[in-house]
Amino acid sequence: MSADAKVRVAMTVNGRQVSAEVESRTLLIHFLRENLNLTGPHIGCDTSHCGACTVDLDGKSVKSCTVFAVQAEGAQVLTIEGMAAADGSLHPLQAAFHEHHGLQCGFCTPGMITRAHRLLQENPHPTEAEIRMGISGNICRCTGYQNIVKAISAAAETIAGLKKEEAAE
Amino acid sequence: MIPGRFTYHRPGSVNEAVQLLASLGEDARPLAGGHSLIPMMKLRLAQPEHLIDLGRIAALKGIRKDGAEIVIGAMTTQAEIIGSPVLREQAPILIEAAQVIADPQVRYAGTIGGNVANGDPANDMPGLMLCLDARYTLTGPNGARQVAAREFYEAAFFTKLQPGEIVTELRFAVPAGNHGWAYEKLKRKIGDYAVAAAAVTLTVSGGKCASAAIALTNVAQTPLLAVDAAKALVGSNLDNSAIDAAAKAAMAISDPVADTRGPKEYRQSVLGVMVRRAIERAKSRAR
Repeated sequence: MSADAKVRVAMTVNGRQVSAEVESRTLLIHFLRENLNLTGPHIGCDTSHCGACTVDLDGKSVKSCTVFAVQAEGAQVLTIEGMAAADGSLHPLQAAFHEHHGLQCGFCTPGMITRAHRLLQENPHPTEAEIRMGISGNICRCTGYQNIVKAISAAAETIAGLKKEEAAE
Repeated sequence: MIPGRFTYHRPGSVNEAVQLLASLGEDARPLAGGHSLIPMMKLRLAQPEHLIDLGRIAALKGIRKDGAEIVIGAMTTQAEIIGSPVLREQAPILIEAAQVIADPQVRYAGTIGGNVANGDPANDMPGLMLCLDARYTLTGPNGARQVAAREFYEAAFFTKLQPGEIVTELRFAVPAGNHGWAYEKLKRKIGDYAVAAAAVTLTVSGGKCASAAIALTNVAQTPLLAVDAAKALVGSNLDNSAIDAAAKAAMAISDPVADTRGPKEYRQSVLGVMVRRAIERAKSRAR
């Protein structure tokens, strides 16, 4: 097989089975944006520092600019496009970012929210310090982080409340 | 930035991986977490023609006890180290160090094997492995051999790893149950490498330091084992004069380059502070 040959890659993105022929050098961020038209994950620094390209890959937050699409063969991928419910109602994190002004220009927001999603899966009741360390791989140049931290904290409470309701039913 | 073209291989076993590496020769590189290699490929500082992805080899994963040793598979990620009950109980210095490597996303991907095999003096785990006197298992087409971490590093990005070999596991003796430990690292920001960092393990008996090991990160072409610094502690009651002597001995063997992290003198001075703090914290944790 030559280096020019395309490779078939298949994965589940936001619950949908997808597959395509890609060059092996295709980065996951390019696969998502260009093959799947999922332009929520952004290309910021392109050097694995800024976190704008963060997506959830098999239960881990990854910077999709530093993963080849072929490495995600068979994986479950979640992007910001997969966060809202099927009826379009916002995920508690999205609602909290809206409510608490957790964004200004919005460029970092898809990465922030997908990262915060994984953080809350692992630690449903994070302290402020844990939230700040948890999003330390995501850079925001507008908000000074205050409202992002507030939004994540509020979303954690909302999600905990929803879980209690579910348990009571 | 898009890396150059390469052919992708996804072996299912160590044997298959080393056979591929051997048959493809110098144009092939193993791919672990990819968070050093992929950025290098984007910049064309690395242009492998073949990438051999180790990510699907189950035998390279996991942390286990093997008699009196702890064994860590090379493809174990920094996040898995942080979450390991075995390490929390028996070698928590690794968790303390992993927590100050890069950022959460990078720690989900970055592996301990890649970190130690790369030979980058800025990586943190090599110093830890010197401190713990670990051995690396290197597997090639002719089988496996073990090399002490203390012998492994020759110069920046030059190691005892031979073409065709991969690091498959790391082993070290379980530290004494009463040992004190600390990893101290100064970095300018999350995601940056150390201005200087120091790993310390020690034991205390009857108020005196019975044993000590000190290793230094990112202050020379390779990680450094600070032998004289450790000697300055053993037999002392870990008072200020012993700690001062150890810090001075560590600074004396360092040779950091002047870079964006500061001039040489500053980085040496920071190293002294890191060594002092690490000894003091290790002392406070020793039982």
